[in-house]
Amino acid sequence: MNSNLGSMPFRYRVTIDRERCMECERCIENCSYGVFWRDGDRILINSRKCTACHRCLAYCPRDAISIEEHPCDYRNHPVWTRQIREAIYNQARTGKIILAGMGSVADLPVIFDHLMLDASQVTTPPTDPLREPVELRTYLGKKPSKLDLRRNSSGDIELATELAPNLMLETPIMLGHMSYGAISLNAQVSMARAAKETGTYMGTGEGGLHAGLYPYQDRMIVQVASGRFGVNIDYLERGAAIEIKLGQGAKPGIGGHLTGEKVSKDVSRTRMIPEGSDAISPAPHHDIYGIEDLSQLVRAIKEATEWKKPVFVKIAAVNNTAENVAAVARSSADAVVIDGFRGGTGAAPRVFRDHVGIPLEVAIASADRELCNQGLRNEVSLIACGGIRESADVAKAIVLGADAVYIGTAALVAMGCRVCGSCYQGLCPWGIATQRPDLVQRLDPDVASKQVANLIHAWTMEITELMGAAGVNSIESLRGNRDRLRGYMLDENLLDVLDVKPVGA
Amino acid sequence: MCGIFGVMDKRRQVMDGSGIRQALSMMNERGSGEGAGYAAYGIYPDYQDCYALHVFFDNARESKAVVDATLEQWGTVEHDEAIPTYNQPNLRATSTPWRYFFRPDPSLAPGSASPEKDVITNLVMQINAGSNGAQVVSSGKNVGVFKAGGWPEDVANFYRIEDYEGYIWLAHNRYATKDPEKWERPDPFNLHDWSVVENGKITSYGTNRRYIESFGYTCSMSTDSEIITYLIDLLVRRHGLEINLAIRALAPPFWEDIDRMPKAERDLNRAIRLAYGSAAMNGPFTVVVANPDMMVGFTDRSKLRPMVVGECGDRLYISSEEAAIRALEPNVESITMPAAGEPVIGRVAP
Repeated sequence: MNSNLGSMPFRYRVTIDRERCMECERCIENCSYGVFWRDGDRILINSRKCTACHRCLAYCPRDAISIEEHPCDYRNHPVWTRQIREAIYNQARTGKIILAGMGSVADLPVIFDHLMLDASQVTTPPTDPLREPVELRTYLGKKPSKLDLRRNSSGDIELATELAPNLMLETPIMLGHMSYGAISLNAQVSMARAAKETGTYMGTGEGGLHAGLYPYQDRMIVQVASGRFGVNIDYLERGAAIEIKLGQGAKPGIGGHLTGEKVSKDVSRTRMIPEGSDAISPAPHHDIYGIEDLSQLVRAIKEATEWKKPVFVKIAAVNNTAENVAAVARSSADAVVIDGFRGGTGAAPRVFRDHVGIPLEVAIASADRELCNQGLRNEVSLIACGGIRESADVAKAIVLGADAVYIGTAALVAMGCRVCGSCYQGLCPWGIATQRPDLVQRLDPDVASKQVANLIHAWTMEITELMGAAGVNSIESLRGNRDRLRGYMLDENLLDVLDVKPVGA
Repeated sequence: MCGIFGVMDKRRQVMDGSGIRQALSMMNERGSGEGAGYAAYGIYPDYQDCYALHVFFDNARESKAVVDATLEQWGTVEHDEAIPTYNQPNLRATSTPWRYFFRPDPSLAPGSASPEKDVITNLVMQINAGSNGAQVVSSGKNVGVFKAGGWPEDVANFYRIEDYEGYIWLAHNRYATKDPEKWERPDPFNLHDWSVVENGKITSYGTNRRYIESFGYTCSMSTDSEIITYLIDLLVRRHGLEINLAIRALAPPFWEDIDRMPKAERDLNRAIRLAYGSAAMNGPFTVVVANPDMMVGFTDRSKLRPMVVGECGDRLYISSEEAAIRALEPNVESITMPAAGEPVIGRVAP
């Protein structure tokens, strides 16, 4: 396409220290974006293609490669930033919506970082998790609000209430929904093995369930999204739980988007869509135009699976999250998943990713408050996701009212992802967000699953230590316990919404 | 650190307050001299069908007018008077204690299984949550709470506690950490039938408070014993759990113990933890709870605070320290220290 714009300043400059380089060509082999090639006795570089995925750096045996961001400056301007200007050039040239990968890059304060956890000193003793039990076991699903009991023939008290099915987690950390298609089968298998090893669960995303995951199906939460990709009765029956995806934090109000480049033969079979076609899910579920329709779908799925599996409903965090959550709580759903605006994605319109939705911290707090006020808190579990970066975020989300969290990006990072944000290109050199067989085989599930499991173990231990320090030896006593959190440099309105006191109070 | 004490006579034989005063003062090392309190069941036989409301007034004229008007709205006052007090050199009176003998109008709580108690619950919360200079400190039939800021002996002398005779007594020697000047802060906390004394500080306060407030209770005191009282009222009176199961909900066994139980027991305990996870209390505590028919002691599941149990004839004693029991009953027949999470339940003979 013609334009008078010429070429844009490139984003990264890649250089090779020729003194150190031994011309082993590992950089050429590893870079799937085509930055490096050999010409005669030299390795040449096209910096314009670089995404800063660091694959070349990580595999250069001589530390000869360096990458520098923004080597060419624009005139500095606080309003007309580089991102704003480049977006305009891009759209002036193409006339299209700009797609972006990974989570929001909007430079907004992270509320989690302004919330400080509590510890016990003299009025209560800290608990020592090395020597005393600290319980992280978490049940997800409906809880009875009261129990009916009866006396049996020998005079013992027995339970008469029948409990709804619950998932039992050994840690409140689950692996979030990233579909086969968005990520590779090896990435999914790695996470599934990690979920099994750590006693937790993993989401399938909306891409169906590949036969390679059947051995781990009792650890899988199968997703039903608006495109219904890969959904049939066999799929529903294989999952440990079923999640209806109504919204996604990275792009509230629109459907999923898998670029055709990533729809390989296997992906096409698993999703039940044509090979190479863009898979764009509808914005709404076309059988859900109102809350009563949701409850019909929830019950239809439960009926189809004989009321044996919990059904989750995922929504994006938006203005009226509290009302949406209360609506879902009345729909027979067993858990509500709230996905904050920092949630990751393989591909989302930039304008949605950076501008629509509200922070997870606020959404969880207001959802928990609304459920408590309406006496519905036992009706559903609350699952938080979208921007959980470390164990402290998990603990804070739970104090704000969540039962458990999903992590997505963090799990990918544990497998090598450098958050370069080019997932939609399908060329992920780490073998994660790609379907190209030669790239996928770079990710060895034996190795990557261990890394993901290590991450979950490490965070779980850190949460145990944080709880012990707070003198809390079971996680249900942390849930919604706003007393154990203080806001640091947050304004009064935000503190009100979070129901958290300022530091020192 | 606080000292708590409870004694119950299984045959409703009454004890005057002098021995309790002496027992509680044996644990002065556990207090700070800024608060103590006594609760006694069976002290108002002449008004045993009325709810006895003990109220602290900041100002006996203005605050009392508010309470009078509120009571008129919810029922009939049979009799009211100042609670007799006797100035003590070490007590600086900040409140005027008053008592009403009150008959709630049950028609004001239609559809309730225990309408009188619902009326009492609502009116107590209405008065205590308002900034009206009045605090209802006890509200049950034939029961009263006497408390103030000071050492146990001074508080007992202030009320002449030896003039009261009860068959269950609870007492609390406070180690103040907050609001030492407030007379309503020391335990016992009372709501109609229930009285609670606690030695501890629950780390799950925020979770428990959110939970109990979602059932319509209003917490205005910011004390553990207030939350514990409401939780027990909810679980026992409104949800119909037997006391031992209510305690199981508040101080549940660890999952690894539940996993080892026989199936029926495991199912029951798992269901209790699922249903009442937000009611479970965490952190260190020993709690003694009484109502007209029983006295119960229980600790957190790690037993981070002491609980000593004594028995002698028809008397059951629960105390932070053995010395307090021996001060009241030198010939006590048995002294035991129950394991963590093992409740002690004493019932008055029917």
